Amino acid sequence: MAPPPSRSPDRPPHRRRSPLRIARSGPLALLAVVLLALSGCAGAGALGGGGEGQQTITIAIVSNPQMQDAIELSPQFEAENPDIRLKFVSLSENEARAKITASVATEGGEFDAVMISNYETPQWAANGWLVDLDPLMAQTPGYDEDDFIPAVRGALSGPDGHMYAVPFYGESSFLMYRKDLFAQAGITMPAQPTWQDVAAAAQRLHDPANGMSGICLRGKPGWGEVMAPFDTVANTFGARWFDPQWNAQLTSPQFRAAANFYVDLVQNYGTPGAATSGFSECGTQFSQGNAAMWYDATVAAGIVENPEESRVAGNVGYAPAPVVEKQDAGWLYTWSLAIPKTSDEAGTTAATWRFLSWMTSKDYGPMVGGQLGWEHVPPGARQSTYRIPEYVEASKAYAQQTLDAIAAADQKNPTVEPVPYTGIQFVAIPEFQDLGTRVSQQLSAAVAGQQTADEALDQAQVYAETVGESYQREGQ
Amino acid sequence: MAAPTTERPASTGDTRELAPARRGNRAGPALLTVLTWIVGIGFFFPILWMVLTAFKKEADAYTSPPSLFFTPTLEQFETVFSSGIGPYLLNSLFATVMSTVFVLLLAVPAAYAVSLRPVKKTQDVLFFFISTKMLPVVAAIVPIYVVVNNIGMLDNIWTLVVLYTAMNLPIAVWMMRSFFQEVPKELLEAASMDGASLWRSMREVVLPVVSPGIAATSLICVIFAWNEFFFAVNLTAATAATVPVFLVGFITSEGLYFAKLCAAATMCALPVVVAGWIAQNKLVQGLSFGAVK
Repeated sequence: MAPPPSRSPDRPPHRRRSPLRIARSGPLALLAVVLLALSGCAGAGALGGGGEGQQTITIAIVSNPQMQDAIELSPQFEAENPDIRLKFVSLSENEARAKITASVATEGGEFDAVMISNYETPQWAANGWLVDLDPLMAQTPGYDEDDFIPAVRGALSGPDGHMYAVPFYGESSFLMYRKDLFAQAGITMPAQPTWQDVAAAAQRLHDPANGMSGICLRGKPGWGEVMAPFDTVANTFGARWFDPQWNAQLTSPQFRAAANFYVDLVQNYGTPGAATSGFSECGTQFSQGNAAMWYDATVAAGIVENPEESRVAGNVGYAPAPVVEKQDAGWLYTWSLAIPKTSDEAGTTAATWRFLSWMTSKDYGPMVGGQLGWEHVPPGARQSTYRIPEYVEASKAYAQQTLDAIAAADQKNPTVEPVPYTGIQFVAIPEFQDLGTRVSQQLSAAVAGQQTADEALDQAQVYAETVGESYQREGQ
Repeated sequence: MAAPTTERPASTGDTRELAPARRGNRAGPALLTVLTWIVGIGFFFPILWMVLTAFKKEADAYTSPPSLFFTPTLEQFETVFSSGIGPYLLNSLFATVMSTVFVLLLAVPAAYAVSLRPVKKTQDVLFFFISTKMLPVVAAIVPIYVVVNNIGMLDNIWTLVVLYTAMNLPIAVWMMRSFFQEVPKELLEAASMDGASLWRSMREVVLPVVSPGIAATSLICVIFAWNEFFFAVNLTAATAATVPVFLVGFITSEGLYFAKLCAAATMCALPVVVAGWIAQNKLVQGLSFGAVK
């Protein structure tokens, strides 16, 4: 509110407002106009809205390059389906996961479709939170659900074997290494490396004086950060989180061996600041030529082979996830699209499925490739993608390795010894988001040198016991 | 208060003692100035870095060591504009302006009452106001979410207006109270003796005097509401999302995003900088007015 000027007592009562005063009230008037305009727009809580006879579909997505491409291409879907208008809510992974979980679990109904992974899908399907997509797929001509990579399809199925989410893209993990550096040093990467091979190569190639680290591995806290590669190491070392009776196993000799190996490898031959390195940081280090090896998601190949972003494009070799005891050590992860049950009540399921089936159809990959470039095609969801000649040519350095890694991943049998859970780089129980994060903080502190790996596991065991006990009580 | 100089004994010993102190006094301000510059630059550097990074290409933004010299590009700003920042800006503007107006409408009379017309339990009331800020927001989010969901107000901009009003009200009352306490009682008495009503003495005597305080309080409320993220990300989706929610959409776990994020952050920080610039004169007056008794 503009302050009134101080008045003299002898001011004439009906003097005309001076231009100065009008100018002073200008911002106030402008504010009032803006507010009125805004309240007109936002009065019902919505800025804009669907037109007559249009259905608005709101999709919550995780912000990543492939989804940004989908948003860019979505006007084509709207043009083909004029009765549907799309709205995207794009959030970073942590925010999206928390937001989507809260919305679906409490039946908030803000979203008609949600982007979730193979961690959530089987659990939410069992809870009855998601729409069964099998009947919808069967009704859609040419959708060809049998074309999905079987491991991915299995990972997105509920307890009844039906699919409750459709994959947008999938990934496993593999080892990326600098072919030129290996050749110079006279090291040959085995067809199936072991972690001991990797440690020996890292030792040979580690040259911090010249800005070269032996290997980049994630050390950043977070169940989706350091825990993802570490869990695959633990699995192949013969470790497991719980035995079939839900007794926590984080202080078992195998778990200790895996944790000590991982921490030693990162501390001795890792990149500087490893305790705060995640996918993006390692991607930068490796792409800038500062690391000889990088063990991470198969989608990383798209970054390291992009000459605009990477200095090592064309010089990178790809090997399967290193092993020790268990032979298929790569993880399995897929970002997929599901329809919450609330869409049934809102009557938007049919329209939502039309969009989902468009985005996960066999035609989507060729469309992305043709319009945005073949390196933009979402990998790891459909087998037919790997039969597109242009895509195979564009991704020949890593396409087959990606497909093989995903096909070999078996999240129903992730460990050497039997376990009561599924999931390779995670334990598919609701408590794991918290448990995994807590354990990752301990492990990250060990990577940072604030404690030993054994001390980290002693504390982690306490957390895991608490979770295990709740399942033991349930079982009684 | 300093003792009158005439009472100070004028001995030679005192002169000798004062001399080094004077030298110290000359060095002191210089040191203080240097320290102030260091602190100032320390505070400003992240903002400078954000603006610089906004003009870089993604690959340049990730170089190690960071590069100060680079070919500037507007590529990232184009990406931000093409990402549909408009509705987010409108939502933020609406939530910020409306909540600040409501806060002022409620806080000014409340602060007037507790500072110029105190009653027996005024201190308790003030404590109650500020006690609402003692509970971390995260502790209240589940009940708030459930209530908002049940009354069908999820993803509605008015929900944020109400929450931001409630969030800023205690701070505004306390700030305005300190400004009202600076108003000399004699002014009100004089207005009252001249026959001014409560409304008129408030409007024509008190408000002009505390207007710097209102500007300062408004700016604080604007900054808090504009930057608020936690409620916005949890209670909005497609239609009522605000600028901070828009920003996190640029953070991706797979790919490079620093430059884009910095460009978006620069865009989103601009309105607050402009608001601060507009309120600058009043703000300086307000800060010194409230702080110096």
